[in-house]
Amino acid sequence: MAEAMSQNRKAAFSLARHSTGIIASVLFLAPIVWTVLSTFKPAQEARQPPLPPWPTTGFSIENYETLNSFGDGLWASAQNSIYVSVMTVLLSVLVSVLAGYGFSRFRFPFRDFFFVLILSTIMIPFQSILTPIFLVLTRLGLHNTLTGLICVYVTLQLPFSIFMMRNAFDAVPREIEEAARMDGANNVTMLIKVMLPLVWPGVITIALFAFLGAWNEFLAALVLMTDQSKFTLPVMMTALQSGRFGAIDWGAVQAGVTVMMVPCLILFLALQRFYIRGLMAGAVK
Amino acid sequence: MASIAVTSAPARTRTATSLRQWIGLLYVLPAVAFVVVFFVVPLGMTAWMSLNNWPLMGEHSFVGLDNYVAILRDTRFWNALKFTFYYTVVVTIAIFAVAFPLAIFIERPRPLTNLYRTAFFMPAVVGFASASLLWSWLLNVDSGLFSPAAYDLGLTAKKVNLLATFQPAFWSIIAMVVWKVAGFTMIILMTGLQSIPQDLQEAAVIDGAGPFARFRAITLPLMRRTLALALILSVAGSILAFDQFYIILRGGPRNQTLTAVYWIFNQSFVSFKLGYGAALSMVLLVILVALSLIQLWLLRKPEGLD
Repeated sequence: MAEAMSQNRKAAFSLARHSTGIIASVLFLAPIVWTVLSTFKPAQEARQPPLPPWPTTGFSIENYETLNSFGDGLWASAQNSIYVSVMTVLLSVLVSVLAGYGFSRFRFPFRDFFFVLILSTIMIPFQSILTPIFLVLTRLGLHNTLTGLICVYVTLQLPFSIFMMRNAFDAVPREIEEAARMDGANNVTMLIKVMLPLVWPGVITIALFAFLGAWNEFLAALVLMTDQSKFTLPVMMTALQSGRFGAIDWGAVQAGVTVMMVPCLILFLALQRFYIRGLMAGAVK
Repeated sequence: MASIAVTSAPARTRTATSLRQWIGLLYVLPAVAFVVVFFVVPLGMTAWMSLNNWPLMGEHSFVGLDNYVAILRDTRFWNALKFTFYYTVVVTIAIFAVAFPLAIFIERPRPLTNLYRTAFFMPAVVGFASASLLWSWLLNVDSGLFSPAAYDLGLTAKKVNLLATFQPAFWSIIAMVVWKVAGFTMIILMTGLQSIPQDLQEAAVIDGAGPFARFRAITLPLMRRTLALALILSVAGSILAFDQFYIILRGGPRNQTLTAVYWIFNQSFVSFKLGYGAALSMVLLVILVALSLIQLWLLRKPEGLD
């Protein structure tokens, strides 16, 4: 009798839990799904309110095609975004792996000073130093170039990624290095052949954060890229959404938003473990 | 390791060891160069520029504290700052009100928990600009979702433009930000919840403590550092809010939703008053650094524990 009661209570609890979970999941996912489905409507239908969200007058990729007809086209901005994000990933990984190794394994003058200097930049909002960054880039001849934007993005990633990499190297036992040194490995071979495979998860984490950071950044790109051929996707789409290319084509906006969201979602789903790891590292320390 | 080398080896090795240590400087040099050129120098320049009249073209001239005096009289900046703080308080409360229950919901591994967690977190990996563009469509009066849906369901007599007046526009932004950020805050709070020893909770249950008493006496105190972190991240992020107000509202209706960063952006890159923009930036910077110092204090290790 009592057992049946507790069985019932368990079932009721489970039912309540899953209904809550499903309703909340739907609320969080709906805007994304709604947008992605709506992009496949013909242009005429995409102008109407999205009720229902899926295409009713036939499947079409017209919205994506229109998107490519504004200014230099979606593809040009997408290429800029891909280039900027990939270069930010490569450069920030290279710089932070070197720095992480240096901070973890060597004792040189001003080591702690440099480490604190790099980490403390996280306290200062980059929004407040954008104007001088603009002037510095002009002085370096990097004004209105994707290279300049990449340099800024790399700098913004460094405090987090160097912190991550130093901790990753710290976790590698020194015995491994000493054994390799006995075998005659020099510093560089040691780093690439011996250490890198051991800190690989950390590298994936910082690469993921660098990509998402660069791909999604808006304000710096808006301020620093003044030439339309240099626009990244967020800047280009905002120009389109503000009616800079004539009447706002909401179908094209949905298509652009989809192009901006999908890489982030795929990367996150594929590398979720590393993302949460990065968050935890930031949260626990 | 270094000390062993010193005691057991002749002086020549000692120099070799310290030379080997100097190589470390080469490894960190690229990082230091990036931070100096693209962060430290611009930071110093901001301070210097704030003391100058600095147009985009032509010569700049030293004006001392004039820019700061002008800030005192700049009622529009103070209104922007006031609005930014108001937004920060409201959105932080809203985010916590959603994220905390979600964190409790996904804290323990049960069937499908991982799936729910992933679903709640999805909007957090989408960029603020993408999310703002998405919602600017959903909020649009003619082609969007909310107004036409409310009209079709008979909730409103005609299609209401949600972005035309302050209240609905403001709360729409709050809804959008909560949707986008709650998953992120949830994960941080979850790590705090998971770090509470399970036997402590069980002991309290045996002692007859109800769920509310347990929450107050065990969960909250033991989560102090996590709570402080989530709180500071939310506050700092909100004070720097720009994307959503620029993309969805353009600071409107009637400039009522201009945030601090938005106002600095306008002064620096629309009016090209670079010196004045720098002085405004310094004010923002002081606020954020003060917040960071509060954060360091809140996140300090509890005494006697390490």
